Amino acid sequence: MVVAIVLALLVVGSVVFHLLSPWYFTPIASNWGAMDDTISLTFWVTGIVFIVVNLFMAYCVIRYRQRKGQTAKYEPENNKLEVWLVGLTSVGVAAMLAPGLFVWANFVHVPDDAAVIEVVGKQWTFSFRLPGKDGRLGTVDSRYISDKNPFGVNPDDPNGRDDVLASGSELHLPVGKPVKLLLRSIDVLHNFAVPQFRAKMDLVPGLVTYIWLTPTRTGKFDILCNELCGVGHYAMRGKVVVEDEPAYQAWVSGNPTFAQTSARATGDVAAGKQSYAVCAGCHGIQAEGNPALHAPKLSGLGDWYLQRQLKYYKQGARGTHDKDVFGKMMAPMAATLVDDAAIDNVSAYIKTLPDSPAPATVQGNANNGKRLFVTTCGTCHGPAGRGVQSMNAPGLTGMSDWYMVTQLKNFKQGIRGAHPQDMYGAQMALMSNTLVTDQAINDLVAYINTLK
Amino acid sequence: MDYAAHDASTFAPPAEVGEMELYHAKTFIGKYIWSQDAKVIAIQYAITAIGIGLVALVLSWMMRLQLGFPDTFNFIDPSNYLQSVTLHGMIMVIYLLTALFLGGFGNYLIPLMVGARDMVFPYVNMVSYWVYLAAVLLLVASFFVPGGPTGAGWTLYPPQAILQGTPGATWGIILMLVSLALFIIGFTMGGLNYVVTVLQARTRGMTLMRMPLTIWGIFMATVLALLAFPALFVSAIMMLFDLLLGTSFFMPALVSMGQQGEHTGGNPILFQHLFWFFGHPEVYIVALPAFGIVSDLLSVHARKNIFGYRMMVWAIVAIGGLSFVVWAHHMYVSGMNPYFGFFFATTTLIIAIPTALKVYNWVLTLWHGNIHLTVPMLFAIGFIFAFIHGGLTGLFLGNVTVSVPLSDTMFVVAHFHMVMAVAPIMVVFGAIYHWYPKITGRMLDDAMGKFHFWATFLGTYAIYLPMHYLGFLGVPRRYFAVGGTDFIPESAQSLNAGITIAALIVGAVQMVFLYNLVWSYFKGKPSGGNPWNATTLEWQTPDTPPTHGNFGPTLPVVYRWAYDYSVPGADQDFIPQNVPAGEVARSGSKS
Amino acid sequence: MNIFQELAVKPWADGQSKVDDLRAGRSSPPAARKLALKVFLAVVAVLFTLLVTAYGGRMTYEDWRPAPQVSLLWANTLMLILSSIAMQWAQYSVRRGNMDAMRAGLLAGGAFTVVFLFGQVLAWRQLGTMVYFEVTNPAIAFFYLITGLHGLHLVGGLVAWGRTVSRVWGDVDVAKVRQGVELCTVYWHFLLLVWLVLFGLLFTGNNLDLLLKLCGIR
Repeated sequence: MVVAIVLALLVVGSVVFHLLSPWYFTPIASNWGAMDDTISLTFWVTGIVFIVVNLFMAYCVIRYRQRKGQTAKYEPENNKLEVWLVGLTSVGVAAMLAPGLFVWANFVHVPDDAAVIEVVGKQWTFSFRLPGKDGRLGTVDSRYISDKNPFGVNPDDPNGRDDVLASGSELHLPVGKPVKLLLRSIDVLHNFAVPQFRAKMDLVPGLVTYIWLTPTRTGKFDILCNELCGVGHYAMRGKVVVEDEPAYQAWVSGNPTFAQTSARATGDVAAGKQSYAVCAGCHGIQAEGNPALHAPKLSGLGDWYLQRQLKYYKQGARGTHDKDVFGKMMAPMAATLVDDAAIDNVSAYIKTLPDSPAPATVQGNANNGKRLFVTTCGTCHGPAGRGVQSMNAPGLTGMSDWYMVTQLKNFKQGIRGAHPQDMYGAQMALMSNTLVTDQAINDLVAYINTLK
Repeated sequence: MDYAAHDASTFAPPAEVGEMELYHAKTFIGKYIWSQDAKVIAIQYAITAIGIGLVALVLSWMMRLQLGFPDTFNFIDPSNYLQSVTLHGMIMVIYLLTALFLGGFGNYLIPLMVGARDMVFPYVNMVSYWVYLAAVLLLVASFFVPGGPTGAGWTLYPPQAILQGTPGATWGIILMLVSLALFIIGFTMGGLNYVVTVLQARTRGMTLMRMPLTIWGIFMATVLALLAFPALFVSAIMMLFDLLLGTSFFMPALVSMGQQGEHTGGNPILFQHLFWFFGHPEVYIVALPAFGIVSDLLSVHARKNIFGYRMMVWAIVAIGGLSFVVWAHHMYVSGMNPYFGFFFATTTLIIAIPTALKVYNWVLTLWHGNIHLTVPMLFAIGFIFAFIHGGLTGLFLGNVTVSVPLSDTMFVVAHFHMVMAVAPIMVVFGAIYHWYPKITGRMLDDAMGKFHFWATFLGTYAIYLPMHYLGFLGVPRRYFAVGGTDFIPESAQSLNAGITIAALIVGAVQMVFLYNLVWSYFKGKPSGGNPWNATTLEWQTPDTPPTHGNFGPTLPVVYRWAYDYSVPGADQDFIPQNVPAGEVARSGSKS
Repeated sequence: MNIFQELAVKPWADGQSKVDDLRAGRSSPPAARKLALKVFLAVVAVLFTLLVTAYGGRMTYEDWRPAPQVSLLWANTLMLILSSIAMQWAQYSVRRGNMDAMRAGLLAGGAFTVVFLFGQVLAWRQLGTMVYFEVTNPAIAFFYLITGLHGLHLVGGLVAWGRTVSRVWGDVDVAKVRQGVELCTVYWHFLLLVWLVLFGLLFTGNNLDLLLKLCGIR
């Protein structure tokens, strides 16, 4: 008896939950409204079955529960009833299937006027490649992939020279124009999913897969990797910005072409030495760092990392948060470097300075820190913490430990990494949340101090 | 089917039909450790499966704690979170449910229900268990090797499964793959036994269509498993080759962590095809025994024949056959040729038809019944509710277009837990409450049983109903933390916390069940041989629990189907299968 | 009665009951063993079918390179055929009660099988020393995988064969020996058939390739 009432209540409760739930599809931002329609249709069909069958079961339990003098009916089968039920079910199934297949046919056929953009996934970032003026993407091969050529574009293919390379996990799309996304991975399986677009597809190493869509409203949406791709899977995010044509064109032209990135000159060490004089006041002649002035050690960091951080300071992606007291001191210093070349020069100079480990100042239990470093941090920063450029992960070993503590706390509190232009900081912010307590941070850094 | 039925020369006298040489052990070790008695092997399987299942339960708490209360627990990091996800899934699907339904219930029930003294190859049956145990131990060992167990997800997709960046990409995955290969070898030995016993060792009069649906379900599931496991076997071996010998079956040329790989030309999607060629039938390997068992529970406790027995058998056979042509519905967004979507969406939705018919017939069995709301009946009703829910959400995921926005989200997790975790586990519990009296001679405590049912039934629904809506929202599965997005509202976190609390409660309630199992073994009410007044042969044994050889000096002879409940004119509301027409007590009017 | 008719009966009907009551009990242990072998062969067949399918699927890729030919395989194939013939002879003899011929056939069958396995190992080594050898070439990897699995099945067969051989001397239980020989023979023929398919499709020339082209897949 109770069970029948509970069944009925569960049915009512489920329906009410569905109707009142604030958790439902995000407002759609692509042409795939038909997908939402097929889902609504499926909801209607399955919802009715759910209600009818369960309520009938509840009725049976009440009506035919054991009572005195009642016997069950001996009824081996009822062919007519069963055939009717099978027939009705088939109709319901067909009603759901047929529209679904039509939409799928649409999904599979890309319109001829769709612009082509390539999405490249790797652990754990997205980057994007657009055909340049010639409208054609250059060929790629994983053999060409290196720190200088992270997309693996064939340097001998003339079509690839003008390809526009947008690293940094942010893709812009023009509103109202169909776009075909070619999906490619250079390491493991990933997935390109934007909840507002509905469409999604895996990125498979060795293959090129695709989806197509037309963004229908402007806005900024999250890209999420939806296929388990390792420890950093949950932090593999990106942004897609849908905007009007002029803004889109401005974004495109703001990104370098393959020819530009490969022709980029290395920094001039002598010129860099001159610029460094300003830095030396705080960071020290040998860039060994000075805790008293809150200036971390710089020697030993990859020039690519120094360049990126200096640019962030200049653009305001770092050193602008109210609580980032010392970052705000760094920002005007970075502003003294007039252009990218100056940044490259000073980075190149710092790279030539001797890398002697900074003294340990942080107390912590290195053994406790080891587990997290080995399983999590080390996957990007390298097992010995030496940094891995292709993972966008700077070296940690031998760097100023007090600075790492500060920065980990900043990441946790959203002081660093939260700026929309800090492309890789958001990832680190997610990872830093793994460190629940200050003690855990100290333990981790203490372990990094033991690395050679 | 070469039936000897019409060939008089092969007739044996009923009493001694096919007596077999039984292995009679004298010592304790021979009886309970190196036993060749299917019933003892069944208990061994069940205890091992439930034991390792408890490990998987604890692992599920690990992930629920993280998801419900992120940034709270120092001992959970992204790496051991993924290891928990992986091992929870793998253990629950293969090492618990498959082993428990086929190795546990299959071993116990097949000989008893078809009227045989034992499995046809008792020695092979024994070896099957020990190989299974070895597989379990290897799996457990992977917790203690450098790097820990694999964290590649239970699907073990390459390339990531064997690349740095995934937890346990060396020792963990090797042990996992070897353990799976062993499991398959062990299962094949057991499976041959189940199939041959059902086909060849049935007692006199037990035609195929007189078999209880429990046996049909277990039989068909075993056939599926025998034909599907080879796919997992070859994919495990091939991945081991890729990892250890440097072949490129699944591994394309790639650059991992800035390092050029040594492989070239392999195809990760080939693995997915092989995996799901096994993986989809695996769903039915778990579901079909549950379908069969629940049919019998409903029939016995509603005192009514199962409605539409023939259609139920046909549906089991049809589902079994169709389950081999739907596998790629797990791969709609995998990057396989998108045109496959048309075919697999169609086959998948077709399989819904026989499945729906089964649901109708279960409910129609209750209709015009005389429903005894015993604990097994409550669990059976709970199963129907959970299965309807899980089956209907399956229609979302099976239909290719509808599936795309939902794939790889928490909706998938909620769906397969409703259909493959909650529903079968309801049957497992119902079946244990139902057959425990036969296995031990004592009833399980009713009050504890009802508490266990209500907490489990309502608790699991509280976990999984809201989880579907996280999926609609777009929350991906296998995420250590979902913070840092614009589209997920704060309230989703409270929902997650609620789910976690429900999960912890449901987990804790299972301890009541375990306590009940132990307590009732010593203190439970004696049950007698046939406490539910059931018709099938296992309830007609001369001893309870049945001794070695099951049926005493003579095997039973079957005179009717398994569902003679409430037969008009008969005195009692059940007629056991071994009662001839002439011996049915009829005091009322002749009919 | 075929399976469809059998599944269509109404077991609750009175008339059907009378028919069903006539069904005999369990069949003999030899029949069970025979059925078990058949079921097992079905499992093995699925295993090798999947491998051949995977091979064919891989072949449709552009970068497919066929494996170099190992001519020793022809000789090995001959050995396996001879072993099957010998087993057949043993079966023929045991059915006619000619125990000596049976023993000879059985032993010869085993011996040819051992030679085959030895030859396969030699073929592996030959391939491994060839200039074309490259472990990442899928055709070569498949060759080792498939021949390895086939060889392991034969080794398993040799264990059963050993048990049968151990029974054919001294006090011979004719019925038991006869069934042992029969089951071994079925198994040998099956593995020969599997080998011929594998050899014909995959390891001599590009026959599977031809087949795929004929079907329009490649």
